[in-house]
Amino acid sequence: MSATRTRAPGRRDSGRRALGRSGNGRRRGDRRGSAALTTAMTLMLVYTMLPLVWLLLSSTKDSSSLFGGFGLWFGDGFHLFANIHDVLTYDGGIYLRWFANTLLYALAGAGGAAVIAALGGYALSKYDFRGRRLLSALVLGAITIPGTALAVPTYLLFARIGIVNTPWAVLIPALASPFGLYLMRVYADEAIPDSLLEAARIDGAGELRTFLTISLRLLAPGFVTVLLFALVATWNNYFLPLIVLSDPQWFPLTVGLAQWNGLASGIAGSGAMTTGFYPMVITGSVLAVVPLVVAFLLLQRFWRSGLAAGSVKQ
Amino acid sequence: MSTFSPSAPPGDVRARAPGTVRGVHGLLFFTPFLLVFLVAIAAPLLYAVYLSFFQDRLVGGVTFVGLDNYRRALTDGLFHAGLLRVALFLAVQVPVMLGVALLAALAIDSGRLRFPGVFRIGFFIPYAVPSVVAALMWGYLYGRRFGLVGDIGGWLGTTLPDPLGRSWMLASIGNVVTWEYMGYNMLILYAALRAIPGELYEACQMDGAGEIRKAWSIKIPALRKALLLATVFSIIGSFQLFNEPNVLQSLAPSVVTTSYTPNMYAYNLAFNGQQFNYSAALAVVLGAITAIIAFTTQGSANRSGRSR
Repeated sequence: MSATRTRAPGRRDSGRRALGRSGNGRRRGDRRGSAALTTAMTLMLVYTMLPLVWLLLSSTKDSSSLFGGFGLWFGDGFHLFANIHDVLTYDGGIYLRWFANTLLYALAGAGGAAVIAALGGYALSKYDFRGRRLLSALVLGAITIPGTALAVPTYLLFARIGIVNTPWAVLIPALASPFGLYLMRVYADEAIPDSLLEAARIDGAGELRTFLTISLRLLAPGFVTVLLFALVATWNNYFLPLIVLSDPQWFPLTVGLAQWNGLASGIAGSGAMTTGFYPMVITGSVLAVVPLVVAFLLLQRFWRSGLAAGSVKQ
Repeated sequence: MSTFSPSAPPGDVRARAPGTVRGVHGLLFFTPFLLVFLVAIAAPLLYAVYLSFFQDRLVGGVTFVGLDNYRRALTDGLFHAGLLRVALFLAVQVPVMLGVALLAALAIDSGRLRFPGVFRIGFFIPYAVPSVVAALMWGYLYGRRFGLVGDIGGWLGTTLPDPLGRSWMLASIGNVVTWEYMGYNMLILYAALRAIPGELYEACQMDGAGEIRKAWSIKIPALRKALLLATVFSIIGSFQLFNEPNVLQSLAPSVVTTSYTPNMYAYNLAFNGQQFNYSAALAVVLGAITAIIAFTTQGSANRSGRSR
């Protein structure tokens, strides 16, 4: 997918294209320079990809070839499907339960966060209301409050009101995304012309209808960006669920996998099955990584342009 | 929702931003965020501050102790050691990661790479990997049991230093974090590069400037804001370090102690030590330090930007 296909609002790169930056007419030294550049970047690509390749290869091994053989090639036999079977059936299929929990937290949490951020960002961008400046400042301030700093306090508060160890304890914090709101506000500034809203008003459209039928469509790339990054944040969340959940039935994948790793390393004190857990942790990790990677690959076109708007303006 | 009358209410002569309309609709649209903000951010924060003024004592139960918990934090060697550790981490890992991300963004933007899309997505993919999985994966690679480090050492005919040992652990965690977030930062910087107006390059080209000159005098200044954003997020991430060391702890329990980072310390105090009040105080101190450093970074960068 080429970069020229994505269109961020306010991007004016036609001039550089016209200059043929990536085209012909280079001086001689450039070719040497680009060979060095390609080599350096290829090394970096090896660095980012190698661990994932190792993980994929390892998911096809049983424990004996995992410990014995060379890491970056296949072992004896192809055990991927046996491993997947082990992962999915262990402990009455608890992994599937974790997967479903993660899906719930990620979809409901991230979906909700994106909708709330879109509404709020739109409000700050297109409406003038009492307390607007104060609320804008509030959002900017909240961005610098790290979610993890709130994890222990959140546990203490939620324990007090009795919602720890329920999905709400993970979902409610996931809904608050000040950075998402900020991004949506910047995006709304750029993507929705005020004249369009005024025309809709003159036509007698209600504010909510205008938002749903006109503005939301224009906000789509920004919305997908916020959605994807909220999806990553909730899918990968570990600290908060580790704290607020104690019943394995409600664990997301991250907490469950870390627990299996604990069993594999033998720190949990279970003498019975220890190293046999390693193939399960590895295969379970592969299964946990695939959905997000696929989502990012499929939705590239959207999030790249959305990200462009957010990172430029401030 | 009823239809909205475009004319301002009579008597309202306050100036308003062009294109915005007054009324309750904006507030209504903002309300959902306000609610989750109050429940998920403001309330835990205030509750933590409240709790930090109390102590659960063996004799007398929960008592108000004023600033005692904060006084204890001031002299707590374990807390200080953790803070120093993440400060060291911040000082080394963040510049390395952002430097590499900057080089990658400039390289991809230079138009001299074949298949730039492959590099862009390839660098970015680790961001989609949960940090728990990243830490597990790297932890296994580091480990002697079936790790690559042992294999590579075998090839070279020597024993490489143990990445999970005492002296290398922080660097090993830094590598995991760099691996996870380099591509994300690269993408933020790259997106900012794509937004540079073409006329600037045109002018530069006429002056006969080469690629490096172009990078130095146009691209890097244009990246100031994106770099600032990336720096602030990285600072926050470093001070809040938890996931990676907590996962690696199971592989090297004697190296990654329960107070290895301030967040791990607060976590273990609360959940293994039942010291909720002191833990709340530490969370407040840590949050305040993080926010202050993030603000100062932003402030100083803005000042230097204005004086230019």
